[in-house]
Amino acid sequence: MGEIAKKKEVINQLKKKILLMEGLSKKQDNRLGDFGLGSVNEAFPGGAFPVGTIHEFVSTTESCAAAASGFLSFLVSTFMGRDGFCLWISPKRQIFPPALSFFNIKPHRVIFIDVKHPKEVLWAMEQGLKNKALSVVVAELREVSFAESRRLQLAVENSGATGFLHRIRPLTKGALACISRWKIRPLPSRANNGLPGVGFPRVEVELEKIHGGRPGVWQFEWQNGKFTPVASQKQSNHASSSIPQKPKYA
Amino acid sequence: MLPLQSLKSLNMHKRYLYIWFQWLATDRMAKINPELRSKPFLLHAPEHGRVVVRAVNPALQKEGITSGMVLADVRAIFPEVAVFPSEPEADKKLLNNLAEWCFRYTPVVATDLPDGLVLNISGCAHLWGGELPYIKTITKRLFRGGYSVRAAIADTIGAAWAVSRYGSQLIVKPGQQQEALLSLPPAALRLEKNTLQRLNKLGFRQISQLISIPHTNLRRRFGTNLLSKLGQALGTEREQLISVQPTPVYLERLPCPEPIRTAKGIKIALERLLETLCERFFREGKGMRTGIFKGYRIDGEIVQISIGTNRASRHVTHLFKLFELKIPELEPALGIELFTLEAALVEDVSESQETLWSIRSNNQTAIAELLDNIAGKLGAQAIHRYLPQEHYWPERSVKEVISLEEQPETQWRTNKPRPLLLLPKPEPVEVMGALPDYPPLHFIYNGEIISVSRADGPERIEQEWWLQSGPPRDYYRVESEDGARYWLFRLGLYDKDRPQWFLHGFFV
Repeated sequence: MGEIAKKKEVINQLKKKILLMEGLSKKQDNRLGDFGLGSVNEAFPGGAFPVGTIHEFVSTTESCAAAASGFLSFLVSTFMGRDGFCLWISPKRQIFPPALSFFNIKPHRVIFIDVKHPKEVLWAMEQGLKNKALSVVVAELREVSFAESRRLQLAVENSGATGFLHRIRPLTKGALACISRWKIRPLPSRANNGLPGVGFPRVEVELEKIHGGRPGVWQFEWQNGKFTPVASQKQSNHASSSIPQKPKYA
Repeated sequence: MLPLQSLKSLNMHKRYLYIWFQWLATDRMAKINPELRSKPFLLHAPEHGRVVVRAVNPALQKEGITSGMVLADVRAIFPEVAVFPSEPEADKKLLNNLAEWCFRYTPVVATDLPDGLVLNISGCAHLWGGELPYIKTITKRLFRGGYSVRAAIADTIGAAWAVSRYGSQLIVKPGQQQEALLSLPPAALRLEKNTLQRLNKLGFRQISQLISIPHTNLRRRFGTNLLSKLGQALGTEREQLISVQPTPVYLERLPCPEPIRTAKGIKIALERLLETLCERFFREGKGMRTGIFKGYRIDGEIVQISIGTNRASRHVTHLFKLFELKIPELEPALGIELFTLEAALVEDVSESQETLWSIRSNNQTAIAELLDNIAGKLGAQAIHRYLPQEHYWPERSVKEVISLEEQPETQWRTNKPRPLLLLPKPEPVEVMGALPDYPPLHFIYNGEIISVSRADGPERIEQEWWLQSGPPRDYYRVESEDGARYWLFRLGLYDKDRPQWFLHGFFV
């Protein structure tokens, strides 16, 4: 048995080494603490949300974009803390600032950059990521090439900031130099005890790709200022389970 | 009037040079178009429904044409004359520029509209070796520049004015203005037309005739103006001279012993220039809004880059960063031998602004500088920051602010649902199965029929009548069968005509 434990130890150390070589987890100092995502953490390399890298979000419809923006806002709020600033870059902004306060963000701490040309999004994002004063930059755009995403990854490797690329209705589906690809879809809400009206907003979070981790699909409900996992048996027959569901929920 | 004696002492050391640009407007034209120099031409302007000659050039004056004539008459007499519209504003600007040019001769220069300059040259002439070389230098240089001028130096502005226009001497010796004026016509006293006509009628041909008449009689007949002008010319009365203010130039130069060809060398030069310029800004409480960095190449070309800032700035590192972005645009070719940095637009740096760049946190300075960087490339209109505003109408519930420091005065409201994505303009949607006070059963958005399975509402938002009038909106939060959540509203009530439905946003 001691032999096996030893092997496990060696494998763990090797894994950590690989992550370091990939420039991914050296910022993994847990200074941000837990994101409150519960079981999702198990999917990440090292068991914590990867910071200091670029994450990709893909939304195919406007309602998906709304759901993804909500999930993003929740992640960003953790980064911003009490008095941090955030850069939110978009060519066609639809974010309604007051609604950000539902997701624990103080809207006046978000600086919106509304650019005319999609290419400028990447330039502004790179500038933001290079700046040591910002810990998080969100950019909405449609297309991004591998080379451009590589540039962003290099920018964060120097500064330690985290970037979120939110691709709304992308035309292509190429691989990017991002640590992850997320897809967030809205799900029908369940009203409590058969009450009429719209219940707590429910979303399906799909981690389609994660570097050095295990992809998965989870369901969350937004209540009381946090995403609460929803038990699996309540899950609707949503056509999304090409990737096996994680069996355990908190 | 003050006693003569005391005023004499007051004016004792004052010397004035008057430069009369006899052909200012036509000289300006001739400089633009050198072919005109030998041709007769005139400048005209409409007046009381006729076109009147405003200025003629010397070649035309020889033909007997003077300003004030009607253009049609001139054309009849002299058909081949070239005509141009007169531009009094351009003349004024030119005169101002000439005044600024004259700062090399004296620190006090005033313009005398429409065509003269007054220079207070007290204590300046000896630097040119006396008044005669002084006046000759100026007139010669102006002549070489294409302006034919007449000039005179005297103790008073009035005397210099009179002698330059009507006299023949260049210099009126100190205290001798009265002798110089005696033989000149009364028009040399800068009098208005009416007075001149009356003097002419009464047979006053020379100033000497006027001087012998007791002042009380003159005042009774011609008013006080004649007396004051006479006094100003003779030096018994004060005359104010309002000098043109030289525009300060924020320009730094850096000559290089060896031509610079590398980006690194350019950066060093830029940094040095910025340091000197910013030091001056700190002394004078100013900051740069627009800066131009020029490189003079050894092949004679000039290459330049320019930047603009969000607010006046005098931070070396920040300005350097803005320039740095554009340094690759500078083509050094064989090498740059001289660098200049000019702040083309300079503004005061206000106290309140200092707090924006405050020491409060380094982070904010870094962010402000990042924003400047972004504004430099994308334009300042790209950057937005919002504060809550106490309005229920969704479009008015936020206000834009420019400064990073400004804090919300009221809380962000979270008691009513608001969508995370808001359409910039509500999109009209077609609805089916709508009943009064209920959300629709279906609606069509983007050509897709969306069935509503759950809904919240209505939340009625009335128009703010003091801002805008119109029907109220009834907002519903609806959820479609596949889980998408929308913000719909009905504009108007059911009582009169069919209200219109709109989609305004998307919830998470």
